[in-house]
Amino acid sequence: MPIFIIARLTFLEAVRRKIVLAALLLGLAFLALYGLGFHFIIAETGLSTENEPTANLLRAQVYNFLTNAGLYAVNFLSLAMGALVSADTLAGEIGTGTIQALVTKPVRRSEIVLGKWLGFAGLLVLYLALMSGGVLGNVYFQSGYRVPHVPQGLTITYLVSLLMMTITLACSSTFSTLATGGIVFGLYGLAFIGGWVEQIGAALQNETAKNIGILSSLLMPTEALFRRAAYEMTSPTAQALGLSFGPSFVISVPSPAMVTYSVIYLGVMLGLGLWQFSRRDL
Amino acid sequence: MTFALETHNLRKEFGDNAAVRGLSLQVKQGEVFGFLGPNGAGKTTSIKMLLGLVAPTSGSATLLGQPLGHRAARAKIGFLPEHFRFHDWLTAHEFLTLHGQLYGMSATRLTPRLAELLELVSLTPFRNKQLRTFSKGMLQRVGLAQALLNDPQLIFLDEPTSGLDPVGRRLVRDIIRDLRELGATVFLNSHLLSEIEITCDRVAFIKHGEVVRVSELKTLVDGETTVAIRAGGLTPEALNGLNQWGRDLRADGQHLTLTITDDSALPAITRHLVAHQAEVYALTPQRLSLEELFIQIVGTDGGL
Repeated sequence: MPIFIIARLTFLEAVRRKIVLAALLLGLAFLALYGLGFHFIIAETGLSTENEPTANLLRAQVYNFLTNAGLYAVNFLSLAMGALVSADTLAGEIGTGTIQALVTKPVRRSEIVLGKWLGFAGLLVLYLALMSGGVLGNVYFQSGYRVPHVPQGLTITYLVSLLMMTITLACSSTFSTLATGGIVFGLYGLAFIGGWVEQIGAALQNETAKNIGILSSLLMPTEALFRRAAYEMTSPTAQALGLSFGPSFVISVPSPAMVTYSVIYLGVMLGLGLWQFSRRDL
Repeated sequence: MTFALETHNLRKEFGDNAAVRGLSLQVKQGEVFGFLGPNGAGKTTSIKMLLGLVAPTSGSATLLGQPLGHRAARAKIGFLPEHFRFHDWLTAHEFLTLHGQLYGMSATRLTPRLAELLELVSLTPFRNKQLRTFSKGMLQRVGLAQALLNDPQLIFLDEPTSGLDPVGRRLVRDIIRDLRELGATVFLNSHLLSEIEITCDRVAFIKHGEVVRVSELKTLVDGETTVAIRAGGLTPEALNGLNQWGRDLRADGQHLTLTITDDSALPAITRHLVAHQAEVYALTPQRLSLEELFIQIVGTDGGL
């Protein structure tokens, strides 16, 4: 199957070009730093170690907040990874002409794009498993705390990096590597700012600011998606108070419809990339 | 007659500019076909259209009896792109395996074929080296092996000898000869006219994105010969008699030129002159080289 041949090639490229090694080493450095930070925060901030309900509840909230803060960093790293590995893949191979010997083989052009997508999706799942596993493991082994709804939360986090990778791949089928990078990080910045506008709008009960935020999330759902992921993994106590521990305290929580919307968004982006690459001159 | 490749008025426009105006070609099965033209004549765009890399604006074409871009036809086609670039972090063996797999070749077919091709292009000792360590000539050789993987029925070689030393060029010639013996059709684009002269059966000259002439190389190169004769004591009868073997007779004292269509006229011309008591000092057939012909057809402006 040509899709799997290309997927394997994509994977091999990341290994051979030392992308995997660099990600692994920097990832381990991040996890070491996070573990150290977590250790000192819980050791030196005077958290009560008593085994009574109020102290237990308070500790759980602090652990939950710290875990989600770590996962927010993991989310950023994996979405950046999604963009970086895929920005050059089509644009670069079109630019150098490497693609010519591939597409003249008896394969469909769409199979090449899908193969690359699958290869990157595989890389991202490994990266996310390593990084989030590291954060959750750090917290668990140091404090015995487990965040709720990990599968749901991490699936949505994975969707964030997949979405970023898919948008990048779609742009890379049409634009140069540099233009692709510019577009993708521009969109990310839009979502980031939009997310904060929405938070502040919600805090001040300003409907216009909130709507601007929601609109930016529709244009680029990455930030809203992570807020939803964080909400899933927030302790029930905080949820009951109507907030969650996203990048900070999340007041405006995106609805599950945002997840559905993002899946559709991803599908449309992938379709656009396939369509554009299949019809363009190489 | 079955054609390996047939195009009708293939045209490609980029914006207002027509890179290829109307390419109409017929390449017979089993022939080695040269594709000649100056820079910017639309050769690369034409090849890209034939291989489905670029979509024609209008016109039609068939490859091995199938319309352009047909997958089953692509399985029987080999292609060595110009300025061939690769995934240079692969080893030669991995690179050829990848392309063989993309051709849909099974491991049982691919393994012996790989060994055979690496041997053919003299890269067996380097098979486990990454392509980034290869010289330009070695890359060209591995690219050639890639184009031969599937025992193609139709093979496109775009500047196959660029970057190759004389040994490498001879290798390309030998490969083309072997392909011809196997009955494959070769579509050759090269700037090295001497290569074309040695290897091709027919050539097409293109200029401004149109075919200006298609000719058998045999008649092109052998057919028209100008003979330069230096002889003294020429009588008018001796001179006029020469017209029976050729045309464009020109005489300037002892120096004559005559265009003949067949080399076999040369002994007869000698006998004729001697019979008319002329003193023949020299009789030299001057072949029109493909290069001169190229310039004659395409023009010294390079077709710009």
